[in-house]
Amino acid sequence: MCGVYIHIPFCKRKCIYCDFYSVCGDDKLYSGFVSAVSNSIKRRSNKSIKVDTVYFGGGTPTVLKSSQLVLILNTVKHSFDVSPNAEITVEANPCTVTEESLSELFNGGFNRISFGIQSAVDSELSALSRLHNYEQAEAAVFNAERAGFTNISADIMIGIIDQTRKSLIDSIDKITSLPVRHISAYMLKVEENTPLDEMIKRDGSLLKSIADEDELSDRYLLMTRLLEEKGFLQYEISNFAKNGFESKHNLKYWRCEEYLGFGPHAHSYFDNKRYFEDCGVSEFIKNNGEPKITYTDTDVDKAEEYIMLSLRLAEGLDADRLAGLDKEGRYKNIISNAEEINRLSGERLVNISRDGKNLSLTERGFLVSNAVISRLMN
Amino acid sequence: MKKEQIRNFCIIAHIDHGKSTLADRILELTSSVELRDMEEQLLDNMDIERERGITIKARAVRLNYKAKNGETYVFNLIDTPGHVDFNYEVSRSLAACEGAILVVDASQGIEAQTLANTYLAIEHDLEVLPVVNKIDLPSADPQNACEEIENVIGIPALNAPRISAKMGTNIEEVLERVITYIPAPKGDDNAPLKALIFDSYYDQYKGVIIFVRVKEGTLKVGETIKMFATGAEFQTVEIGYMGATSLVPSGELKSGEVGYIAASIKDIGDTRVGDTVTSVEHPCSEPLEGYKKVNPMVYSGIYPTDGAKYPDLRDALEKLRLNDASLSFEPETSIALGFGFRCGFLGLLHMEIIAERLEREYNLDLITTAPSVIYRVTMTNGDVLYIDNPTNYPNLGLISSAEEPVVSADILAPSEFVGNIMELCQDRRGTFKDMKYLDETRVELHYELPLNEIVYDFFDALKSRTRGYASFDYEMKGYQESKLVKLDILLNGEVVDALSFIVHTDKAYARGRRICEKLKETIPRQLFEVPIQAAIGGKIIARETVKAMRKDVLAKCYGGDITRKKKLLEKQKEGKKKMRQLGSVEVPQEAFMSVLKLDE
Repeated sequence: MCGVYIHIPFCKRKCIYCDFYSVCGDDKLYSGFVSAVSNSIKRRSNKSIKVDTVYFGGGTPTVLKSSQLVLILNTVKHSFDVSPNAEITVEANPCTVTEESLSELFNGGFNRISFGIQSAVDSELSALSRLHNYEQAEAAVFNAERAGFTNISADIMIGIIDQTRKSLIDSIDKITSLPVRHISAYMLKVEENTPLDEMIKRDGSLLKSIADEDELSDRYLLMTRLLEEKGFLQYEISNFAKNGFESKHNLKYWRCEEYLGFGPHAHSYFDNKRYFEDCGVSEFIKNNGEPKITYTDTDVDKAEEYIMLSLRLAEGLDADRLAGLDKEGRYKNIISNAEEINRLSGERLVNISRDGKNLSLTERGFLVSNAVISRLMN
Repeated sequence: MKKEQIRNFCIIAHIDHGKSTLADRILELTSSVELRDMEEQLLDNMDIERERGITIKARAVRLNYKAKNGETYVFNLIDTPGHVDFNYEVSRSLAACEGAILVVDASQGIEAQTLANTYLAIEHDLEVLPVVNKIDLPSADPQNACEEIENVIGIPALNAPRISAKMGTNIEEVLERVITYIPAPKGDDNAPLKALIFDSYYDQYKGVIIFVRVKEGTLKVGETIKMFATGAEFQTVEIGYMGATSLVPSGELKSGEVGYIAASIKDIGDTRVGDTVTSVEHPCSEPLEGYKKVNPMVYSGIYPTDGAKYPDLRDALEKLRLNDASLSFEPETSIALGFGFRCGFLGLLHMEIIAERLEREYNLDLITTAPSVIYRVTMTNGDVLYIDNPTNYPNLGLISSAEEPVVSADILAPSEFVGNIMELCQDRRGTFKDMKYLDETRVELHYELPLNEIVYDFFDALKSRTRGYASFDYEMKGYQESKLVKLDILLNGEVVDALSFIVHTDKAYARGRRICEKLKETIPRQLFEVPIQAAIGGKIIARETVKAMRKDVLAKCYGGDITRKKKLLEKQKEGKKKMRQLGSVEVPQEAFMSVLKLDE
């Protein structure tokens, strides 16, 4: 089964911390994009490709009209063998949706919606230069529920400027009391060349208003515990869900399954190759969606990727699956190096199953996943 | 050429007082160098020398000067290194001359190094011709500088030429003074050959080129020569003098002349600075005075960051030694750092220069361990050991007595800093000898200091306590008994041999604590807590802990772009390469050097 990802590279306004590809557009650009991306999907059309997840991400997909999003979705359905109970997600910004637009999306085939709420505290939202306030976010979630969505996700951010432990708990309490079934929680990272990065370079004292490493780690663990109490189980480093509401599409990334991406800068993993659409919006529209692909990997090292990606999941790494991918046995030490595993599990960073067949990171281990994974792989 | 028309001299000056600039002006004025060949500071032709404004190796050049009296004179200008590390080389260069120009900065006055080298010149019976430089500076006070020379050194200086080497002012007056002030060389061309080696370098086509001053007799091409100290014999292939930009063959050199010998010499160790060259056919009975074998004073381990570069490091050291007989090295192994070399240096500057040249000219990444001096240890069974590597320091129970090298140090500074300087010297276990005022505002302090207290950051500490005004010079005095212990550093419970060092008992606790603190700052947080301990024998005297790392990046993975995750892991791997894996602890290379900078 394959996933399909559509990148909608537009935002009303760019958030100060964001370094993903998106631009501010107008109606003309939007409609040009819709036809280009549709064309790009049609070119790739292949009814023998079975699809069970479709994900509209961005940017902010909902800056487009619902009818435009539905049009693109229909193009996907016409081009691939999309299963009737496929998970079809759209990301949305609370202030770009209305009850009507949400109904239109639901009726048009979308069955999962992910809101970039981030925080329930308005001063924190404005510190992030988000366009919405919490009241709007709340309204958007209820509107989505009324429109028919049962599978609703919300983002929560840790490490916002001036966020406190108390305000974080407050956000978690409020957001989890909404009819959401899935939470993506991640830490603010100051990416290079973002406005936030420049602000900090200009005024170093800003960094002081972001909690330090130890405090952020404590908050992350606190959040994990709070979410668990409320029935949201951690299934991936930054994703939590009520039973059965894990994002099937996101799981594909971590389970090394195939997906096709469309739209500027969209990434694909297909036929053992990783590549992305290497052009900006205007070029994409000018070429009418004709692919301009750059390969990042033409012969994926499946064993290496499996280790790196599976360990981000709570389900962890399966020794038999790794052995199947790692014919030369380059990584057989990962599970069999008892001394190293004992050391890491002694520090409560990893769990190893009784039969020694399954290795996973603990909550604490997730926090230092890069270090643990690169250590295991060396 | 008549001997009366030869002048052999050198220039003595403190760093930055303008020695090399004056040399350049003299070269210009004697038209020794075409203007197009003129490069700033011609005599300092190593990159490092130019950048640091110092002369590392002695060099010499022959110039023709047409004097006001109508006669043409031959000047042999012998450049000398100014730094204390190269004191012996300085003394040999001086021995090749009849006179010295003493350059003093009109705004700074006399400095410690100038004083040391001037005394050395006077000891060698050289005529010292004082010159006051930088009179173009607004802060120049030539009168005061002249008085200081008279008061401190005790030579007449009131009519010393006042010049600006930079602007080219009054340079001719200096050259005229050289003729009248500095005596011509003496010597008998027919006596048995006696020539002093004052420098040598390795030329890849001609082999070792020796720079000599012929004291007695005549040196001819084709003759077989013998080195007095080493006994090595060679047939001379080429003999000549040093032009400003190249060697000029002349076939012979007579007494009083300065020149070079090429004799297909492969090993620079055969041509020791200070040795006497004589002829095998008509040998002299006695060598020239003053030869001694120079011994390294400071030792340090040099290791390639990348273990695979060990053979490259060996090649590079061997090449450097071709030009620098005072560099010594032997293979050594460290548990922490792998294969490397224990290298001996004349002093700290020498060590820095070698390390820098290895990195720069041979493109090597190196880890240099803390410098150590040579301790003399008498064992309970009566054996005497010389320890140049702290790792080899014997167990305290086996030692009956331990001695450490001591230097006699000379510090010159404005009098307002006397308190600070005394405090520093006290802290470094110095013994105050005496102090005298050079004038109302400047003092000269004498201390005896253990060499191991000054091998690393002493000069920096002195500078920072005197706002950069102090100058400092020292010479070896000998050994004195001392209460010494070996301080070990443990990371995660294991001794890191490359971090061990010897320290006086009274300072062990403070030093141990400071090093632990310093390492805590340098070692990044890792997955596991890292205890850092300092220990004497088995006893822990200080402890710090690097807390375990709590988090690395937890960002969202958007739209299946896993390349970002891969990059993070790659970065992690790259980071690892810059680390040394010591047991289970990753230690950045700076950690090995950071223990040297405890005064920050």
